[in-house]
Amino acid sequence: MKRQIPALASLLVVAAVLCVLPFILSDYNIYLAAQVGIFFVAVLGLNILTGYTGQISIGHGAFMAIGGYTTAVMSRDHHTNLVVTMLMALAICFVVGLIVGLPALRFSGVYLALVTFALAVSVPFIPLQYSTFLGGVGGVTSSEEVSNLWIYVAAWTCSAISFLLAWLLLRGRLGRAFRAIRDSEIAAVASGVELPVYKTLAFGISAAYAGVAGSLFVLATNGFANPDEFGIFLSLQLLVGAAIAGLGSLWGILAGAAFVGLLPQVSSSVPVIGHDQGRDVVFGAAVILVMLLLPDGFAGLVARLRRLARA
Amino acid sequence: MAGAESSAIAGLRRRGALDAGTATVWLVLAGAAIFLLIGCLRSTTFAGYTVQGLALGSVYGSLALALVLVYRATHVINFAQGELAMLTTYIAYQLMQWGLSYWAAFAATLAIAFALGTLLQVTLIRPVQHRSVIAVVIVTVGLFILIDGIVNWIWGADFKVLQSPFGFASFDVGGVAIPHKDVWVIGVVLVSVLLVWGLFRFTKVGLGMRAAALRPAAAALVGVRVDSMLAIGWGLAAVLGAVAGLMAEPFQFSLSPTFMQPILVYAFAAAVLGGLESPAGALVGGLAIGVTLTLIVGYEQKYIGSELQTPFAFAVLLLILLVKPTGLFGRRDVRRV
Amino acid sequence: MTALLELEDVEARYGPVHVLHGISLAVEEGSVVAVLGPNGAGKTTTLRAVSGTVRRSGSIRFAGRSLQRVGPDGAARLGIAHVPEGRGTFSELTVLENLRLGAYTRRGSLQPQLERVFSYFPFLSERRRQQAGTLSGGEQQMLALARAFVLRPRLLLLDEPSLGLAPVLVAELFRIVRELNEKEGLTVLVVEQNAHLALQAADAGYVLEAGRVVLSGSSAELRADDSIRRSYLGY
Repeated sequence: MKRQIPALASLLVVAAVLCVLPFILSDYNIYLAAQVGIFFVAVLGLNILTGYTGQISIGHGAFMAIGGYTTAVMSRDHHTNLVVTMLMALAICFVVGLIVGLPALRFSGVYLALVTFALAVSVPFIPLQYSTFLGGVGGVTSSEEVSNLWIYVAAWTCSAISFLLAWLLLRGRLGRAFRAIRDSEIAAVASGVELPVYKTLAFGISAAYAGVAGSLFVLATNGFANPDEFGIFLSLQLLVGAAIAGLGSLWGILAGAAFVGLLPQVSSSVPVIGHDQGRDVVFGAAVILVMLLLPDGFAGLVARLRRLARA
Repeated sequence: MAGAESSAIAGLRRRGALDAGTATVWLVLAGAAIFLLIGCLRSTTFAGYTVQGLALGSVYGSLALALVLVYRATHVINFAQGELAMLTTYIAYQLMQWGLSYWAAFAATLAIAFALGTLLQVTLIRPVQHRSVIAVVIVTVGLFILIDGIVNWIWGADFKVLQSPFGFASFDVGGVAIPHKDVWVIGVVLVSVLLVWGLFRFTKVGLGMRAAALRPAAAALVGVRVDSMLAIGWGLAAVLGAVAGLMAEPFQFSLSPTFMQPILVYAFAAAVLGGLESPAGALVGGLAIGVTLTLIVGYEQKYIGSELQTPFAFAVLLLILLVKPTGLFGRRDVRRV
Repeated sequence: MTALLELEDVEARYGPVHVLHGISLAVEEGSVVAVLGPNGAGKTTTLRAVSGTVRRSGSIRFAGRSLQRVGPDGAARLGIAHVPEGRGTFSELTVLENLRLGAYTRRGSLQPQLERVFSYFPFLSERRRQQAGTLSGGEQQMLALARAFVLRPRLLLLDEPSLGLAPVLVAELFRIVRELNEKEGLTVLVVEQNAHLALQAADAGYVLEAGRVVLSGSSAELRADDSIRRSYLGY
């Protein structure tokens, strides 16, 4: 969130558009729009971690997996209300995020990326090992199914709530502490910011967001949670989305979420490359290009455009 | 001598032999070696597992070495190192499909890997090298995805078979069946590593590369083209990765696009275990992880099935970083010009 | 006669900070020239401008050709040896490897060059397999000088060689520099805080202040004038 309150106008515009969309889009496109909403929540969370406290995580897909499996398992075994499972996912992931965040304190930049990468690759193996409880290759299916519209509303409501929550959190002391950490850890410590507390907290918060997104993600795929969906690709998508979002303005996060939510879907059928295989090629190439051309992400693009406009 | 040492030396670097931490490490390694030796002598199963562990470990070590090479030179972790190795293995497969013999394909693949590695450094890494860490991480991550997509596109995701010439026979060494395959793998990796080591130690280019990695500014002043050295570094790393991929193949029984992903995790663990800047450490780390994992999975099938190998390696990685962040052989990270 | 090195109106900056505001100087072949002045005057930056390690503009001509587009490795190939502040030696490599790096830009056998270097720095011969980092400060400075000299450069840029060295060693160092200049015809541009020592070894000097040349002349002239000595050279 930029230091200035995002112009009320842009918020209202976005809200208005979101309200209108379900009426004009086809069911499939509603599904796509819902995907963007889901990624909005996850990217927002990760952006708090990377953009604000500067900790790189290539493992947030693991938290989405935990959230998603929570929803699926609780629904399958206990027929829990879906919204309640989402809250459970939030709580569980917050705690797990704190647990991961604690040792993460000792790692800087590259090492943290390494550890979280290993986390992301490792977690999908766990359901395979404990297949009786967690479904193995066959996965776990929730007992309820929901329509695309339900997901759309749920995803964007969560997005709105998370955005508001994040804005409130980052406005005050927490935000100042986070920004101080990002700009200079040494200076932050010198001015009394308790590094470990805030850095761990950032991890927990971002994990919680990812957990909720994971629940929605599973519900969007007919309530079916299985290891394949939560491979390393998902974590990479999240990181790329957060990087594109740059320093986390509303539009930045929207851009990031749209990029990672839509591009893989849209590029799965690409001429020449063929069905399904086009996704990775286009996505991978696009990611590289974006980083080469816009290393500061979306926020950098905006800044550059502003400078051009002024000149 | 001690009195004449300038404070810079005493403060920042300590010769490995003098460091209490490193001495402990050597002791532990010696202890582990003795343990393994005794185990091998007392049980043929143990010996079998150990040898297989060493073979797998040399594969992990080779990839770990590639990671360390890139990191030492450019301070970048190439997350796509494993996928690159996978790609070159598929290229070898294709060459064999087109009629080349195994060893001809092997040699050609190494050459192609070198070219690919240098090309990637020049086109993708050089432009973002000096920007944020995140930018470089994301580029290598994007490369990971891109290569995955390309391989899936060109060859598809179904299992293929790459016939290695190592066969399935075994040597009989005092009652222990040692597969030819294991010996070959260890041998090939050993030779490759020795050749690369020789390059660094005895050639002018190698000296230039070492200088460029240690102090790029000072190296430029003596006429070393630092950028070219970095590119060559990536090329060599790709070659080591290609060796790792090709030597991992005989253990997989089939070729699929995801086969290097767990190995990358093991290689990360090995590289970190050795201390990201130590080539010897990476190799020893790889062997250690290979042997440990094989023994554990072999004996404790109940508790740690083969599926949990990767999470287990992750746990080990985490533990190492918590206890000794600079790894077994690492030194405190010193920023040099 | 054109000088070996000619700087005309050279400006240099580190990012947005301008350090040199138009330096002009000339170094005749076969001479030793000292660059003097207080801290922050831009002395080190002047050397960096010559070897191409800093962003600069203005005319820099070496043996008649412009160095405008030449970076540090190019400068080395042209025969400019730069011994930077902090010596630029590789502590993790052996003495011999450091010397080999000095010869990086040339092919062929190194033996004759090494012999010559060892004749000026005999102690290096005994320590050739030692890690450079285990040498004392003074020895490392000698190593840096030796390394610069392996390929018989046309121009030696020496940055603050006396920094952190005991006076005895500094005197020895300048003696060797003078010897290399007289016996081998080595042209030297040396930056020094210790103006007294520098002027004893040099033929001419330039005094810098805040990025500009405020005084220049032969070393005899500079040493002779009392007021100049006291206000600019500090002794």
